[in-house]
Amino acid sequence: MKLMLYRIARLTKKELLAVLKDRRSRFLLIGPPLLQLLIFSFAATLEVRNVTLGVYMEDHGRAARDLLARFQGAQRTFRTIRYYRDLKTVRQAIDNQEILAAIHIGPDFSKHIELGVPERVQVILDGRNANAASVVQGYINRIVEDYVKETLSRLHEPGIAKATSLDSIVTRKWFNPNADPQWSTVSALVGVLCNLVVLLITALSIARERELGTFEQLLVSPLRPAEILIGKSVPAILLGFIEGIFMTCMAVVIFDLPLTLKGFVLLLGTIFAFVFSVVGVGLFVSSIAKTQQQGFLGAFTYQVPATLLCGFATPVENVPDWLRWLAYVNPLQYMVTLSRTIFLENPSTRVVLSMAWPLVPIGLVTLAAATALFRRRMQ
Amino acid sequence: MQDMKNSIDSTLRLQRHGHNRFIRIWGLLKKEVLQVLRDPSSILIAFILPLILLFLFSYGVSLDLREIKIGVVLEQDSSKARDLLSAFQGSTYFKLRVARDRRQLQPLLVGGRLQAIVVIPAEFTRRKYRGDDNPVQIIVRGTDANTGELIQHYIEATWRRWLSQQGTAQSNAAAANLIDVRSRVWFNEEVESRAALIPGSLAVIMTLIGTMLTSLVVAREWERGTMEALLSTPVTRGDLFLCKFVPYFLLGIMAMILVTVISTWGLDVPLRGSFWALLMVTSAFLAYALGLGLLISVVAGNQFVATQGALIAGFLPAFILSGLVFEINSMPWPIRFLTYLFAPRYFVSSLRTLFLAGDVWQIIAPNVIVMTLLGAVFLIITARKMPITLETGK
Repeated sequence: MKLMLYRIARLTKKELLAVLKDRRSRFLLIGPPLLQLLIFSFAATLEVRNVTLGVYMEDHGRAARDLLARFQGAQRTFRTIRYYRDLKTVRQAIDNQEILAAIHIGPDFSKHIELGVPERVQVILDGRNANAASVVQGYINRIVEDYVKETLSRLHEPGIAKATSLDSIVTRKWFNPNADPQWSTVSALVGVLCNLVVLLITALSIARERELGTFEQLLVSPLRPAEILIGKSVPAILLGFIEGIFMTCMAVVIFDLPLTLKGFVLLLGTIFAFVFSVVGVGLFVSSIAKTQQQGFLGAFTYQVPATLLCGFATPVENVPDWLRWLAYVNPLQYMVTLSRTIFLENPSTRVVLSMAWPLVPIGLVTLAAATALFRRRMQ
Repeated sequence: MQDMKNSIDSTLRLQRHGHNRFIRIWGLLKKEVLQVLRDPSSILIAFILPLILLFLFSYGVSLDLREIKIGVVLEQDSSKARDLLSAFQGSTYFKLRVARDRRQLQPLLVGGRLQAIVVIPAEFTRRKYRGDDNPVQIIVRGTDANTGELIQHYIEATWRRWLSQQGTAQSNAAAANLIDVRSRVWFNEEVESRAALIPGSLAVIMTLIGTMLTSLVVAREWERGTMEALLSTPVTRGDLFLCKFVPYFLLGIMAMILVTVISTWGLDVPLRGSFWALLMVTSAFLAYALGLGLLISVVAGNQFVATQGALIAGFLPAFILSGLVFEINSMPWPIRFLTYLFAPRYFVSSLRTLFLAGDVWQIIAPNVIVMTLLGAVFLIITARKMPITLETGK
């Protein structure tokens, strides 16, 4: 027993050296995650802002100008407004993506509005960016609707003016009062980046030995297959864990995430359970791969679907039912949900446990599968 | 070892033929092509991975919300309140959980068992008829801010629709009629996020083939020691470079044709632009992606470093800084500036235009020029850094 531990410890040390002795790969464990955390936390936004709007007004009466003023006032969304004199140039501008949306106000607009005659406003949107188009469409509708209500209350005098305020619903955002997308991104990235680091370390470790021919040396050593596997996983678990702690600290120090001490402990536990299940996947890939290229590709073939189906960019609920089971066996999905919850919502231990338990069976299955495959490949 | 022996054999044979550059290049090319064909992982990355990605982007990544778990607190049991409740129940967007007391539901927001709560307060009917502020309240779980924002819009839209159906306040009924906003969404009439995501995702796929695959090829020669064998042959820097470039370029074009065929026939995405324009845009992007991959592999020296580099400089910008999912216009200016330095941004824009709009040269031509320039910069740096003696290499 003592001998076994000694052997594993030696192998672990060797593995750690293999990763850490190279200056470049040492840097790669710290630099890029940091860089990514910084860049992507600012970049990952679905909010639609700074849009260029095109306006073609055939009427310059008061009502038309009032309506235009409302669009001019919404500067956060419509930063620039361009004016056009005919429909042909408007079309061209949309084609060339100079503007995302265009509004066409007809010649009798103001006259009709003052008289209370129904009038039409045409809106053209560029659907090449579907998300921005649908958000801007909703926004334009709302501006026009608000405008109409105010105009009506002005025309028909008080009384009804009050009824218009029906629309103002107060929405409160819990856990993230300023609705800051950065908070959501940073807390999720801790999981995504941890996944990547652990996966790459484990997926390449056995493949590298095979490629360089040192795997035979490992096999003729007194190490048993299980010991080799343990010796290969411990460094990855260790490094993944340290990486996770490091990024957690970054999130708290740089991005001011409201993590409590209890939350920190819970998060460490989650990261630990998560890293275990990822190591299983990594070793599985590693046992199949003959070369590092294959190992890398295997890791990548896992990483991309895992990232897409974890709720980081788009909610898991949007995925059709028949594909959603994939999200439920994806350890990253649990990690991302949990780290967001722990960072922002200050959950009780019971809630965390009720959310985290699937990581244990997933980890057991992946580790068992990796061991079984590794044993078979050894023979 | 076998590889090394082969390459030594072939170079010896070449030298016997004299310094015929053509034969030399031909031999090296053949070696690279064989290396691609004989390694199942190259085939995996060029043909299988694109299919998986295409599949995931068309079904797994969607910005169209469905089955949002929301709670409705019915503090008042009037018929109006029930009517509003049924408006939420009737919507396919929501999956409801109804309660009498908000304290029952609030804890469920932690951990996302509910994404939002709509409170219909005890004085709902009174407030509504008196026209007071805030007849209903909404609490949204802000943990995922982007989704929270969308959910808020969906709930408000349902509320507005219910209000206008009610037509209780005259102003609302009249408001619906006074100005009729006629929106037309060009190029993507149903405003499907899928139609925009699939052409864009081709950029990720091409990055994989261009950058990932090539980043490993030179690093591999160093690590296995076959680079020394190559350097002892009379190959020039240009030859070596050419032979690393051409096979992967062809592989990229082949993969592009495959995914285009699948997107248009299998996934119902229109291809309104011409095939030649698509080929041109793809070639320009591949020049960039391959240049980046080769540069990484020349600088990296071993495969572990090369893979990391390819992920960071290749894949992540293609996914996050390209405008594929996230809005470039809303990013802070330093990041927006950064997006201009990576080609995926131009490629995604060209692809969307080509697939959904057509050959709009005002967009495509500048994009192609910028991508070619970026590619040229990488290729020149790579050609200069490409090792020719053992000392400069390591």
